[in-house]
Amino acid sequence: MRRNRDYTRRMVLKGLRDGLPIGLGYFAVAFSLGITARGAGVSPLQGWVASILNHASAGEYALYALIGTHAAVWETAAVIFVTNMRYLLMSAALSQKMDPKAGFLRRLGTGFCITDEIFGLAVAHPGAVSCTYLWTAFILADLMWAGGTLCGILAGNVLPANVVTALSVAIYGMFLAIIIPPARKSRVLCGLILVAFACSFAFGRLLPSLSEGTRTIILTVGLSAGAALLFPLKEEEDGKEAKA
Amino acid sequence: MNSSEIWITILVAAGVSLLVRALPLTLIRRPIKNRFIRSFLFYVPYATLAVMTFPAMIDAAAHPVAGIAALAAGAIAAWCRLGLFPVAIISCAVEFLAGLIPV
Repeated sequence: MRRNRDYTRRMVLKGLRDGLPIGLGYFAVAFSLGITARGAGVSPLQGWVASILNHASAGEYALYALIGTHAAVWETAAVIFVTNMRYLLMSAALSQKMDPKAGFLRRLGTGFCITDEIFGLAVAHPGAVSCTYLWTAFILADLMWAGGTLCGILAGNVLPANVVTALSVAIYGMFLAIIIPPARKSRVLCGLILVAFACSFAFGRLLPSLSEGTRTIILTVGLSAGAALLFPLKEEEDGKEAKA
Repeated sequence: MNSSEIWITILVAAGVSLLVRALPLTLIRRPIKNRFIRSFLFYVPYATLAVMTFPAMIDAAAHPVAGIAALAAGAIAAWCRLGLFPVAIISCAVEFLAGLIPV
């Protein structure tokens, strides 16, 4: 019993230690997301709740874009599904690292925690996933994420217009930081990113009536399926690399 | 959108994200074997994020020149593996400085 409590304490401390730097990064990016949310007419409370529940940079960026363009409910569901589709892979990967005896609620709770960075922690943690560790890191990071969104919505109008414009590119900088490093090692990924840029640009010019969300779905599914057919992964390549 | 429509959109998004995150974890108890599905899922994040970044990043900037400068600076910083936070800050700083130049 005593050993058990020591273990829990250690996992909580480790979770706080690893969650804090993640949370600091989240705060800055969520602040810029809050500015986007404010532009779409989202209230501070709505932004806070949306961030606590969604906690995904690309997914939330898409969510506020959808709100801003009065998207239909089906379109919201489809776009959120596609922008968060990478979590399917991470969730599938984590299913291999769960204690096989873990019940439904523990699996559901662990799934809720998944973000690119928390997934990174889970993968780096040796052996089976410690839920105490993961949840502690997640709760701290998620609160800072939601706090950043809240501050962005509240303070967006206090800042000069050119500072707000500059901060609004932060989210794209973060996207670049996610996709470019793995592309260094893979010419296929390099090509995929460049083709995606070109297609996105061409679609926007040739079919301006297509909404941004629909464009994202069509291009993501089409390009990923094409890449999977032309360049299937070799046996040893693992899904884990998708987050790097 | 009015307030209740925004709430509904937020809740739909939250429900879908939870499903995406939790379904495989609750359902799959064996490794995925299908090569096409594994490859497809591997490429999805790159395709989505690339499509969302360009040309949206250029449009978000004060003018296209500032946008292209921020994109280039962010891409170089990311290539040097500076991490999410530094890359985001560098993009912002370059956009801000380039935005000061009238075009």
